[in-house]
Amino acid sequence: MTKVSMTVNGKAVSAEAEGRTLLSAYLREGLGLTGTHIGCDTSQCGACVVHVDGKAVKSCSVFAMDVAGSEVRTIEGMANADGSLSVLQQAFQDNHGLQCGFCTPGMVMASAALLADNPKPTEAEVRHHLEGNICRCTGYHNIVKAVLAASGQDVPAVAAE
Amino acid sequence: MHNFEFVKPSNIADAVQAMASEGAQALSGGQTLLPTMKQRLAQPETLVSLTAIPEMQGVCMGEGGLHIGAATTHATVAQEAASLYPGLAALAGGIGDPMVRNRGTVGGSVANNDPAACYPSAVLASGATVVTNTRKIAADDYFQGMFTTALEEGEIITSVIFPVPAKSAYVKFNQPASRFALTGVFVAQFDTGVRVAVTGASNNGVFRWAEAEAALSKDFSAAALAGLSVDASEMINDLHGTAAYRANLVKVLTGRAVTAAR
Ligand SMILES: Cc1cc2nc3c(=O)[nH]c(=O)nc-3n(C[C@H](O)[C@H](O)[C@H](O)COP(=O)(O)OP(=O)(O)OC[C@H]3O[C@@H](n4cnc5c(N)ncnc54)[C@H](O)[C@@H]3O)c2cc1C
Ligand code: FES
Ligand code: FES
Repeated sequence: MTKVSMTVNGKAVSAEAEGRTLLSAYLREGLGLTGTHIGCDTSQCGACVVHVDGKAVKSCSVFAMDVAGSEVRTIEGMANADGSLSVLQQAFQDNHGLQCGFCTPGMVMASAALLADNPKPTEAEVRHHLEGNICRCTGYHNIVKAVLAASGQDVPAVAAE
Repeated sequence: MHNFEFVKPSNIADAVQAMASEGAQALSGGQTLLPTMKQRLAQPETLVSLTAIPEMQGVCMGEGGLHIGAATTHATVAQEAASLYPGLAALAGGIGDPMVRNRGTVGGSVANNDPAACYPSAVLASGATVVTNTRKIAADDYFQGMFTTALEEGEIITSVIFPVPAKSAYVKFNQPASRFALTGVFVAQFDTGVRVAVTGASNNGVFRWAEAEAALSKDFSAAALAGLSVDASEMINDLHGTAAYRANLVKVLTGRAVTAAR
């Protein structure tokens, strides 16, 4: 075991890790940040998405040691400073963009990365961007609406609805 | 997953030295290697991360064409090669999903040579050069069948040099669950002739379709392919598609790539 340090949600943190410790395990077991979910553990579902130095990655497919020293952001770092939901999180609630909520941390993190690069995406761009995030509940339409709403755009009746 | 020693050198010389130890393996984006290690299909004793080596990062024009550092991510290539080699940038931007593109690298893809991976088709169709810590390998000599390449034990790809064609396009028929290529075709038109490379289709991995190259070098249009057919006997036959289906896809996608080329 070695101490691995990084910045998570703006705070300097460190926890014990082995070479094989995944970033997802480091966050959940090392730091107790269980908002990052493990769905598949095989880089298919996107439930575990976090940002590393501003880029969305699947934390189940990154070794903690490989991102030592990085700035990491998880779902726990998404709310406003006063604890209220961010615009994007609130849009998920308002648009019924979640049911069981298992996929939601990954959906929010992937969507936040999209909006940072492309503040007014089209519906097609949102769907394309979320290709790596799987939801078993919502059928995706309300997730897409939530992201469009969070971007400040009118939410039209989405295609194929 | 079995445990291992983790090292992260900051230059190529240190990486080469670390790779010389018994049971050492390179780690780039990990988007192939981590799933493989979880299944215990790979059990390295030492993992040598290549992502902190500045000489292995970045996209720039240089002698022989577009130089791409082996540890450059698909997302960076999609962005930075967009005006320099649009066909290649579009290929990189269509790999997997955004999270895979933020980690996965050209060197990892070319080293792995998955028969359904996208990059090998661009390397072969461009007539690219795979540069390693010891030598330069022409694409035509580099790919040696599914998951098999000319790389020696411990050899590290440091960059890939892509000659830039006048026109090019990659058209991929997605396998919808994995988003890998069920079949994909890269067409590159150079002043000296046309090169066509096919991925996802053959039991022998990525290959050049010589008849199409000859026809397209005379007449660069989808119509030039009309009389050609692809032998299905060497094609992959699996639950996603029969050999005959893939053979037909090769022709259809080549035509679409010619039409899309710019
Ligand atoms: C959900 C998902 C979807 C995907 N979809 C696609 C797709 O549509 N098309 C596609 O082409 N790929 C796809 N991939 C694969 C992805 O592109 C991988 O990133 C890539 O194949 C491997 O690159 P890597 O940098 O992650 O390599 P790693 O996983 O780090 O390494 C792969 C192999 O190459 C070796 N290696 C790595 N770098 C070097 C080097 N510089 N020199 C020598 N050996 C080296 C490693 O030892 C290992 O054996 C997908 C992956 C996932 C998880
Ligand atoms: S848990 Fe990481 S992608 Fe599914
Ligand atoms: S809300 Fe249940 S998996 Fe998406």
